[in-house]
Amino acid sequence: MSKDEIIAAIRKNKPAETALPSIPAFTYAQGELLPTFITMVEAGGGRVIEASSPDELPALASTLFPDAEIIASSLPEIKGNVRLSDIGQPQKLEPVDAAVIRGQLGVAENGAIWASEADCGHRVLPFITQHLAIVLAPEDLVCNMHEAYSRIQVNATGFGLFIAGPSKTADIEQSLVIGAQGARSLAVILLPRTD
Amino acid sequence: MKQHADKAADFLRNEARADWHDEALWFVRAKRDKATHGVPEWETLRELASGIKEHTLSNLDGYLEQFEANARQNGVYVHWASNAAEHNSIVHGILIAHEVKRLVKSKSMLTEECGLNEYLAEHGIEVVDTDLGERIIQLKGEPPSHIVMPAIHLKKEEVGELFHEKLQTEQGASDPKYLTEAARQHLRKKFLAAQAALTGVNFAIAQTGGVVVCTNEGNADMGVHLAPLQIHSMGIEKVIPRAEHLGVFTRLLARSATGQPITIYTSHYHRPKAGGEMHIVIVDNGRSAQLGRQGYRNALKCIRCGACMNTCPIYRRSGGHSYGYTIPGPIGSILTPGISLERYSNLPFASTLCGSCSDVCPVKINIHEQLYNWRQDIAKAGHLPVAKKQGMRWAGLVLARPKWYGAFGKLARWAIRRLPRFMLYNSLNLWGKGRDLPEPPEQSFKEWYHKNRIKK
Ligand code: SF4
Repeated sequence: MSKDEIIAAIRKNKPAETALPSIPAFTYAQGELLPTFITMVEAGGGRVIEASSPDELPALASTLFPDAEIIASSLPEIKGNVRLSDIGQPQKLEPVDAAVIRGQLGVAENGAIWASEADCGHRVLPFITQHLAIVLAPEDLVCNMHEAYSRIQVNATGFGLFIAGPSKTADIEQSLVIGAQGARSLAVILLPRTD
Repeated sequence: MKQHADKAADFLRNEARADWHDEALWFVRAKRDKATHGVPEWETLRELASGIKEHTLSNLDGYLEQFEANARQNGVYVHWASNAAEHNSIVHGILIAHEVKRLVKSKSMLTEECGLNEYLAEHGIEVVDTDLGERIIQLKGEPPSHIVMPAIHLKKEEVGELFHEKLQTEQGASDPKYLTEAARQHLRKKFLAAQAALTGVNFAIAQTGGVVVCTNEGNADMGVHLAPLQIHSMGIEKVIPRAEHLGVFTRLLARSATGQPITIYTSHYHRPKAGGEMHIVIVDNGRSAQLGRQGYRNALKCIRCGACMNTCPIYRRSGGHSYGYTIPGPIGSILTPGISLERYSNLPFASTLCGSCSDVCPVKINIHEQLYNWRQDIAKAGHLPVAKKQGMRWAGLVLARPKWYGAFGKLARWAIRRLPRFMLYNSLNLWGKGRDLPEPPEQSFKEWYHKNRIKK
């Protein structure tokens, strides 16, 4: 079997065991988290909106997506007009104009937001939608990827991801174009926790 | 087979284009510098990344077995392939079992290495590359010229022409925004119709049995989440011990690759979707042999960021296609001699040994030292290119005879100054092809030393 061959070859050829280095804590002042995060989201092509109460969310969604006919949301506060739990075939989500999902944690150093498939409502939703909004609590900001990975559990669900902006490409002559295969825009709604 | 130097000469024939290529890559290198300067612990991160990879390679069998066991627990099918042919037939077998006729793919240098697209096409399966750059070159029928920016060698007018022919865009249209939108519409249809999706793998986590894929376009996820069947092909060197190590690698990868603080999407796949199937193919294809080459095994640490290409003065002025291998540039030039010393013996010479590649490498591979060492090995094995061999023989003769050396030096200083250009730059002067001879000094160091030092 190929597995046995490969493993045997590795055993024969691998170098003497070296120690696994431990990763020190690289942190910076907590006060800088929010402004840094906002700068980084904007640098990545997204925008940040600060909300103060969940009651504002529906109105916010309509101002964010004035032309959206089909809105899908994984948050109870925003109804939308797609029942995600009824969607079996992911292809059915193709006509979605705008989606709102929840983010678990935001990373200041690069503007990335972690969301599991439970937060997304459906695995393909954050990609197939034309426009995306992520609701995130400013209390859930961390300074860098080390802290992020220490807080999340990557295998808590079958799929999870960091999103750091709208889909983009620079594959034609290095000119940046927003809106490659995934969402064309990203809005991050910062909503303080109520509990 | 045409050697790198010949193909580079072809590339340089169009000077304006070579300049443009050079500048486009230097622009990316400059962005990388800016991004790394924003991270005070950058050097520590490189050190850590190198150390984590070093440790993983020293226990690669253990981590791969751990990875496999955990992936299986997650409900993932794991396959092992010793070589390219086995990889292709495993993938084909999975596709046959699911009666797949349409496959979408996101970027995977491994499948390029294995020639998967051609293989599946021969077996009647439609394969659509979905990364924009990869789709462009696929439509053009060319291999990638860069591992991160596969179509970096093409101008927008050429893409416009290609899309006009293949995707019916307007004739003469070359605006990148317009062309990207056309590709988006075209690819959406392909995503929706695909029965299976295949991706490469940036990192595989031993502790959790999941794989991580980084993209900016979102194409890997559009494919994976829409199709019922997902396949991930990975080289054995992609495994890392734990999720916490992703903290180090995700901080390094995009900054080194494009100067972004992180890719737009960093996707972690652990279990198949409801009603779906997930397969992982672990591929050796020469890697375990590379692990046994003491001075060269470090090359397996590579995370395929492309930084060594962007910074390389030879790559920038010769183009990715001149290397004749899927992975071009400095890293390609140290990986290929291990595949075939004879076939790729010219690649370690496609370098100035300036060391810039090693300076930017996020996992601290000693690329330029390996290039130098390969040259020694190639000479010992008798694969030195003829011109180099002759040159070395003459140099050896002259350098062993101080009197000859002195006389030749005098002659050369006189000749470069007095002789007309055609006598200096002709077919015998291989070195002078594409290089200018230096301004000769008035006297040799020896003459100067005798005059100025010994008398005192
Ligand atoms: S060798 Fe280093 S710089 Fe080159 S692609 Fe690999 S990781 Fe990047």
